[in-house]
Amino acid sequence: MAERSFKKEVEALRLGDGDTFHGEGILAVAKALLQSGVSYVGGYQGAPVSHMMDVLEDARPILDELGVHYEGNASEAAAAAMLGASINYPMRGAVTWKSTVGTNVASDALSNLASAGVKGGALIILGEDYGDGASIIQERTHAFAMKSQMWLLDPRPNLPTIVHMVEKGFELSEVSSTPVMLELRIRACHVYGNFPTRDNVSPPISRKKLLSQQDFNHDRIALPPSTYLQERLKIDVRLPAAVKFIQENGLNETFSGDLSDLGIILQGGMYNSVIRSLQQLGLADAYGTSRLPLYVMNVTYPLVPDELTAFCAGKRAVLVVEEGQPDYLEQAIHAVLRRADLNTRLHGKDVLPMAGEYTGEVVLRGIAGFTESVGHATAAFDNAGRAIADLDTTKNRAREILGGSVPGRPPGFCVGCPERPVFSAMKLARKDLGEFHIASDIGCHTFSTLEPFNMGNTVLGYGLSLASSTAVGPNFDKRVVSVMGDGGFWHNGLTSGLAESVFNNNDGVLIVMDNGYTSATGAQHIPSSRAAERDGAHTHVSIEDTMRGFGVGWVRTVRTYSIEKMMDTLKEAMTTKEKGLKVIVAAGECMLAVQRRLRPLNRDKIARGERVVQPRFGVDDEVCTGDHSCIRLSGCPSLTIKPNPDPLRDDPVAYVDNNCVGCGVCGEVSHAAVLCPSFYKAEIVHNPGIADRLLSGVRRSVIGALQRLVAKPPASSPAE
Amino acid sequence: MSEARPICLLIGALGGEGGGVLADWITEAATGCDHPVQRTSVPGVAQRTGATTYYIEILPTTWSEVGDRQPVFALFPNPGTVDLVVATEALEAGRAMERGFVTPDRTTLITSTHRIYAIAEKIVPGDGRYDTDRIAAAAQELAKQPIMFDMRTFARAHGVSLNAVLLGMIAGSDVLPFDPEVFRAAIRSAGKAVDDNLNGFELGLEAVRNPPEAAPVPAKRRSAETSPLMAQALADLPEALHEIAAEALPRLTHYQNAAYAQRWIDRMRDLAGAESTVGLAPGTVSVPAGKQLAVWMSFEDIIRVADVKSRRTRRDQVMQEIGARPGQVVHVTEFLKPGIPEWADMLPPGLGRGLRGWGARRGRTGNIGLQIRSDAVSGYLTLFLLARLRWWRPRTLRFAEENADIDAWLGTLRVATARDADLALEIAELPRLRKGYGETRTRGVGKYARIMGDLVGPWLGASQPADAASRLKSLRLQAQSDSDDASFDLLLAGMIESAPSQSIRAAAE
Repeated sequence: MAERSFKKEVEALRLGDGDTFHGEGILAVAKALLQSGVSYVGGYQGAPVSHMMDVLEDARPILDELGVHYEGNASEAAAAAMLGASINYPMRGAVTWKSTVGTNVASDALSNLASAGVKGGALIILGEDYGDGASIIQERTHAFAMKSQMWLLDPRPNLPTIVHMVEKGFELSEVSSTPVMLELRIRACHVYGNFPTRDNVSPPISRKKLLSQQDFNHDRIALPPSTYLQERLKIDVRLPAAVKFIQENGLNETFSGDLSDLGIILQGGMYNSVIRSLQQLGLADAYGTSRLPLYVMNVTYPLVPDELTAFCAGKRAVLVVEEGQPDYLEQAIHAVLRRADLNTRLHGKDVLPMAGEYTGEVVLRGIAGFTESVGHATAAFDNAGRAIADLDTTKNRAREILGGSVPGRPPGFCVGCPERPVFSAMKLARKDLGEFHIASDIGCHTFSTLEPFNMGNTVLGYGLSLASSTAVGPNFDKRVVSVMGDGGFWHNGLTSGLAESVFNNNDGVLIVMDNGYTSATGAQHIPSSRAAERDGAHTHVSIEDTMRGFGVGWVRTVRTYSIEKMMDTLKEAMTTKEKGLKVIVAAGECMLAVQRRLRPLNRDKIARGERVVQPRFGVDDEVCTGDHSCIRLSGCPSLTIKPNPDPLRDDPVAYVDNNCVGCGVCGEVSHAAVLCPSFYKAEIVHNPGIADRLLSGVRRSVIGALQRLVAKPPASSPAE
Repeated sequence: MSEARPICLLIGALGGEGGGVLADWITEAATGCDHPVQRTSVPGVAQRTGATTYYIEILPTTWSEVGDRQPVFALFPNPGTVDLVVATEALEAGRAMERGFVTPDRTTLITSTHRIYAIAEKIVPGDGRYDTDRIAAAAQELAKQPIMFDMRTFARAHGVSLNAVLLGMIAGSDVLPFDPEVFRAAIRSAGKAVDDNLNGFELGLEAVRNPPEAAPVPAKRRSAETSPLMAQALADLPEALHEIAAEALPRLTHYQNAAYAQRWIDRMRDLAGAESTVGLAPGTVSVPAGKQLAVWMSFEDIIRVADVKSRRTRRDQVMQEIGARPGQVVHVTEFLKPGIPEWADMLPPGLGRGLRGWGARRGRTGNIGLQIRSDAVSGYLTLFLLARLRWWRPRTLRFAEENADIDAWLGTLRVATARDADLALEIAELPRLRKGYGETRTRGVGKYARIMGDLVGPWLGASQPADAASRLKSLRLQAQSDSDDASFDLLLAGMIESAPSQSIRAAAE
């Protein structure tokens, strides 16, 4: 079970004919896969499709009933390679991952898959983490579709359309022997809606209906001369077949409108934003009835030239709403119109931004800009300008009063996170060691590049920190410290990092965060997961043993919360005469997982009257002088500030709020950094035994006596 | 074209604040009324602890009226179309307004006024808090119907969760055409902590109609006793200083003794005198200076720390802070790590300097990490006995040094008061740099000494620039706001002019 359990939700996967599904978009996709009769599913977690992996994991019983195989793939490359099953055999398969990073990782297998072509429908569900709140580089998947000749679906973001496109996607894949990608933007993955369900289809080939004949066909091998044939097939056979299918099945949609000399061509994913903006300008209603004709591309690759020319014919101007850069669609449509010798004026990136996410506001401004450039067509057009002006006034006024932007809320390490103290230790070690280069990786620990640590010079990819240090190391007067999560280690770091370093006898330091999960994506399990709660197969591969198995001589496993030990170990690793890779396994289970396990346990224990000791930290606000150096060394969300209760002081003092889980870092930091004596650890003993009571009774009476001995009224006491 | 338009709700929350549950309740309520509804979110996903938004659209017509048409709901809020913005914390309300989602013609804004400080506000050594009044002001002007108070304190006071209270307020705000019963049903069908949440819901519902009294600003801990010296303070010091005296005298008496408190009165009398001779309003300089002086005179040495941690009221304070019930068994562990500098501070000046120098030459601080169980007899006794060393304090190196610096500061202050009141005011604030323990304090004191010696000294020795006060302020803020010293050094170097350097640094050290 990952961070979020879908045990309840997955029951919706059993719905059949005539039922209605209510739930998240990504869960609807899972249901659509089963309705399409997939034989196998898999993928690699990452926002916004992590939930899909969690759902499939939690849905194992249902998958087993249908004989569907679920594979928790080691990486996106592995997931893409798994689709190879559909090359030789007519079985449908689907995998999912976070794009565009996952697609980058998978692209080797994808190229070969697309060239070989598929017999069974192969579908790739891409979670586009683009723009607002994205945690990755901003790039388009579109280029992959074009370069490898794979088809790209970008459905209108409502459940019925998404489900329909999943089902049609398999058919499209099969009629054109081509893998199909379906991209869902983050808000579409998390959208809650409903659609009418159909019965699940148990696949013709499955763990219940096994193959017995292997299928050899050299035309499907990535070797010349087959590759020349495959290249020609892509263009001469598969592409036309796809275009024909898209057209005949009306996968793209045209909506008419009375302002027929104008129109909008848009990616399916942009549809709802376009409608809302038109509605705001008085050009559409709540049901999508638009006064401007629309051509909605639920398939953004390949294009259907006939449909495009038919839509543009007789229009003086058309707006292309295409999110992302470069403007592949706009360029392609220009070419289509040119070939058809249509002189319809094309607007797009001239009124819409070339880069960045198309939020509601961006689309609104773009459409308003379009109405301006095409001149008066209806009274509504004249209002557009005013709508934008009002918007600007409000926003400017807000900034005025708020005094610029309000402080941001960047992501950070959770309360009690075991990774944070590693960077506290590193920050302290730097005082003695001096400046050194830090190669960062992808995972929660990437937050070390933000306040209060600001540590980490590069992020090159998942599991690539060590690989990214190999040219810096030999050219730097101190060893490079590479930080890698256990997730990244198993995903890629094992070979491109560890093996390469050992092979080249590189002299560097590697810190592996052994927290037991891919925590950043929602605590999915990995080979080194210890958690016994995992359903089904349970493996535990020790990271330290793996290091030694690869021939690393210098390996130390350190509990992350022991900051001083971590400091000393890091200093040793940086200064030891020993050559070769020095590895520190920073061990500490993800605190979210720990709490998820312990909270209910302790609650029950306390209820049952058993003895439970609950630790947490506090600050003496009369001892704290409000310099906040503890916060700059920790950054724990529960270590915050409060107004100074001292009538003679103004600066806020440090304060530990009720979210504290008593991980111990506050004490460790104040010791390791020699901060201040303000911190104390308080342990509440629930259901104390007789011994506890007696002891504390004696203690309190003795201490009380001492206090009465010198009884003077205290210098200060609470206001009330 | 149909005129119907969806009702748009934007919820701004922080990870793990129950914003998702709140969104679920609303969605469930809409479904319960047979209204078409859509909900989406940009959850913190990996973005732990970051801001999280939920966006809901509800078409206020029933499915039966909708027929076979499909409503089209947006996944993004469009500025100018949002009917209700709910923020679980003040800053998130500010963010929504900054993005243009709150418009006077349309938007009801429900926000709690409590603060969960952003990291950028917390890491500032001085006071980096964002001015929440700005958010209140913006809400008053930009929202059609602003509903604001400290809902977290309110919810805690009633032992319910914030999101349940918020749901009640949403119901009470009448933005959604639902009967309250629909929301109650949603809470029941969710089936988690039903009674508490229903209770919270009713409280929120009521709170909209008549908002509860604004939670009082966290009280300053006023002194409970009046010092016998107060009478003299009233006689000797201008009225402006009386309030501060009421705090300073008991504090210093307890810190050392009556004579020491007396010293505060004498020092303030001189300063007040300097004020009146140049005809400054009484207190102009002496009020801020008086606060700083009292804090400075009760500097944090081992004795004081031990005293705070061993005094009678401590246990109650701890119990209150950690939310323990009276009578519960609580273990308390203190984290102390005194080193050579701290012990040297406690020795007579000669010995102390010797030990300090020895430690410096050895290049080590000899800190010993102590974890003292102050709830156990032995541990408490350690603190108790250390606290009893008050009599010895005046003989210590630290005492000598601090008081020398204090006198130097007061001297400078008097000169400045006679010359440039604004400058004097800034000099009065300078001791704020001398805060913290260990290295933090060393750095702070170092900066203080350099400002006093290399800048203020020469200024007053010859002639200070016209904008001396504002320069000094920017320098202090820099020293307070920046943990890396480079930018401070740069700024200071830039300010040091070729004035005759009759440095009073010696005095400051």
